[in-house]
Amino acid sequence: MSFRIVVLAKQVPDTRNVGKDAMKADGTVNRGALPAIFNPEDLHALEQALRIKENRKDVEIILLTMGPPRAADIIREALYRGADKGYLITDRKFAGSDTLATSYVLSLAVKKLEPYHLVIAGRQAIDGDTAQVGPQVGEKLKLPQVTYCEEILDVNKKNITIKRRLERGVETVTSPLPTLITVHSSAASCRPRNAKLLMQYKHARTVSELQEETKDYTEMLSNKPYLRIEEWGVTDLDAKVEQLGISGSPTKVKKIENVVFAAKESVVLSSDDNDIDQLMKDLIESHVIG
Amino acid sequence: MANFFNDNPSLKFHLNHPLMKKIIRLKEKDFADKDKYDFAPADFEDTLDSYHKVLEIVGEICGETIAPNAELVDTFGPKLVNNEVIYAPGTAQNHETLTKAGLIGMSLPREYGGLNFSMVPYVIAAELVSRADAGFANIWGLQDCAETIHEFADEEIKKEFLPRFNKGATAAMDLTEPDAGSDLQAVQLKATQDEKTGEWKLNGVKRFITNGDADISLVLARSEPDSTDGRGLSLFLYDRKDKAVKVRRIENKLGIKGSPTCELVFKDAPALLIGSRKMGLIKYVMSLMNSARLGVGAQSVGIAEAAYREAIKYAKEREQFGKAIVQFPAVYEMLSLMRAKIDASRSLLYETARYVDIYKAYSFIQEDRKLEPEERNDFKYHSRIADVLTPLLKLFASEYCNQIASDALQIHGGAGYMKDFPVERLFRDARITNIYEGTSQLQVVAAIRGVGNGTYLSLMRKYEEAKVKPEFEFLKSILVDLTDQYESVVAKVMELRNNELIDFHSRRLVEMAGNIIMGYLLLQDCHRDSSYHKSTEIFIRMASTENKAREEYIRNFEEKDLGNYKILLG
Repeated sequence: MSFRIVVLAKQVPDTRNVGKDAMKADGTVNRGALPAIFNPEDLHALEQALRIKENRKDVEIILLTMGPPRAADIIREALYRGADKGYLITDRKFAGSDTLATSYVLSLAVKKLEPYHLVIAGRQAIDGDTAQVGPQVGEKLKLPQVTYCEEILDVNKKNITIKRRLERGVETVTSPLPTLITVHSSAASCRPRNAKLLMQYKHARTVSELQEETKDYTEMLSNKPYLRIEEWGVTDLDAKVEQLGISGSPTKVKKIENVVFAAKESVVLSSDDNDIDQLMKDLIESHVIG
Repeated sequence: MANFFNDNPSLKFHLNHPLMKKIIRLKEKDFADKDKYDFAPADFEDTLDSYHKVLEIVGEICGETIAPNAELVDTFGPKLVNNEVIYAPGTAQNHETLTKAGLIGMSLPREYGGLNFSMVPYVIAAELVSRADAGFANIWGLQDCAETIHEFADEEIKKEFLPRFNKGATAAMDLTEPDAGSDLQAVQLKATQDEKTGEWKLNGVKRFITNGDADISLVLARSEPDSTDGRGLSLFLYDRKDKAVKVRRIENKLGIKGSPTCELVFKDAPALLIGSRKMGLIKYVMSLMNSARLGVGAQSVGIAEAAYREAIKYAKEREQFGKAIVQFPAVYEMLSLMRAKIDASRSLLYETARYVDIYKAYSFIQEDRKLEPEERNDFKYHSRIADVLTPLLKLFASEYCNQIASDALQIHGGAGYMKDFPVERLFRDARITNIYEGTSQLQVVAAIRGVGNGTYLSLMRKYEEAKVKPEFEFLKSILVDLTDQYESVVAKVMELRNNELIDFHSRRLVEMAGNIIMGYLLLQDCHRDSSYHKSTEIFIRMASTENKAREEYIRNFEEKDLGNYKILLG
């Protein structure tokens, strides 16, 4: 039996380099104007899984992502880096899900992949920053969970030992398997895409994508079945419709405010040593630096 | 996300050259690997698409990892600890990242763990890595040694060593010795064979060896004890696992500081013979040097691109006399000349790579089957042109690289002389390009053959036949005039049958040829993409003026004038 690791990942708008059109007039994110990327901390999570695979022969890494059809990009990105398989969880009925509904769907999908040994996710996504989905999936699956993972120190048949990055230091914990881990941004960056894997998997497609393709993939897919990316919808997961989408999401946005930063005061300094010295002291005192 | 491939449309332009169809078909042997390997392409479009996508990985690693590491790598450099070269932390990270991305052994066949890439995308990758960190480009670029092993070593050696490259093995080519630099025929390092076991042992000293403490080294050594010239030299493979080489020191250099340049002492070092005895210098090293010269061409264009970008950035930001300095003619002229020289040398780089690609592909096909007469002619033709284009490329690209790096620093003014901007590092890194793998003066010695035997002239006449758009006809007519002028100047020098005088004028003649050839290449680029027309006009204007000056110099020069230049010879 292989050692199965399920990695949870999300495609997010790249909010790190935002321009003028990043927000719509109503204050919500303008997803169309921002490039869609692999959520950064989820890449750190994938790297932790890949490192385990490097050290053991029997590891199988399966990536799960929930999103619109174009989120299949995330699965290909994971395959290019060494994941073995991916599933796209997609259905119009999932639209509008908050963290509770999302974690419900993800937990059903993870359950379908039993027996698994580890579930690894990024701590949080850069579009919502809630850090709730990972822990909620863990609760629903009744798994022990270790958050803020910086490094997996050891994995054996029964246990996993993890270094956690906390606000004022680190903590090392051991948990029985299976367990759920969320990975912090201070963990190692993900390795690059591998040239051979990219050439091997660049034709991987979901069923919905195949319908859009002009090229005939029939022969290629029958020769290379690993190029087929499976999609799971509501019926595949046996999900209860009332727990999905907007009806399954108790979180309601009450109000969104635009915050405009403006300089309130300015100080003019000369370039003599005393002024610079004083500026450094002020900045240290006000915790701007140091 | 910085991506050095995606931010430079010129690279895609050269990758999409019409000849790629032929190159890919030959390299992929009509797609024979497609059912053998999951990652092998099925057709031309698939291959070209893979080239693009893999170069995007290279571009991303260059932009996100290698370039950001370059400053600290330059500051700290490698260290010698317990007879082991320890790379700067950034160098080690660069190497590990490229290894994980599967980008070592790019041109090796798939059966040896490679990607089976043709030269053009491999050279693009070399240009990208060089733009990010020229010193690191040496460590990465020494995978050329894998190509030499693949071409000339026995199957047993290939099977043992080649798959190690894709897993991250580093390489070195150990040629130079204290008394054998430009003149490699003087190599003294001894190779002796045990009569009973047949095993070879190496003894002696090598100097200025880039990446000298590599996993796998190719060593040029004297295997024929009574010989004194190049015909007594053979090529050997030394595996670091044998721990029989002492690294005496790492040189303290002006530039490319991240690349360890070592002095090595071989003491009874076990080694494997590559190919046949006595062919070391005359065949294998010549081939290795040709790839290395193509590599320096790529490195030069990469450094020049980096310097040019730094110069533009500074010229746009820096204000003097109430406006950005880029507005002043003195500055914008420099920048546009830099651009034209980069476009020209890059065109020559990829033209050379295409010729090398085609003849190399034929030489490998030749191992499987006999070439058809037509193919054999094509093979010979491409091999001959590659031989004359390679020294021309090395000469021009490296000299331009130095001029461009110097001008980029000049545009920065006093700030450029400080360590605060990357341009001073680029200026120092550039300086080696016209020295190593054969100085510019030696490239001229190699290239003058193409002047004397008419190969350059016939190439110019061939380019002359290519179609140009009507709006570029006037540029073509300038080049035709320059070709006529070149032909008559060459005839004038050659008819005197004075070898010393030919040597004396050789650089001028080679440079005249290079100017015309690059002019034609740019004109062909214009035909495919008119955005090159400014560079082409600027370049041809410069070439025309320079060639006129050279013509005048040569026409007004008499044999007796040589004496004036021999002041030190008494």
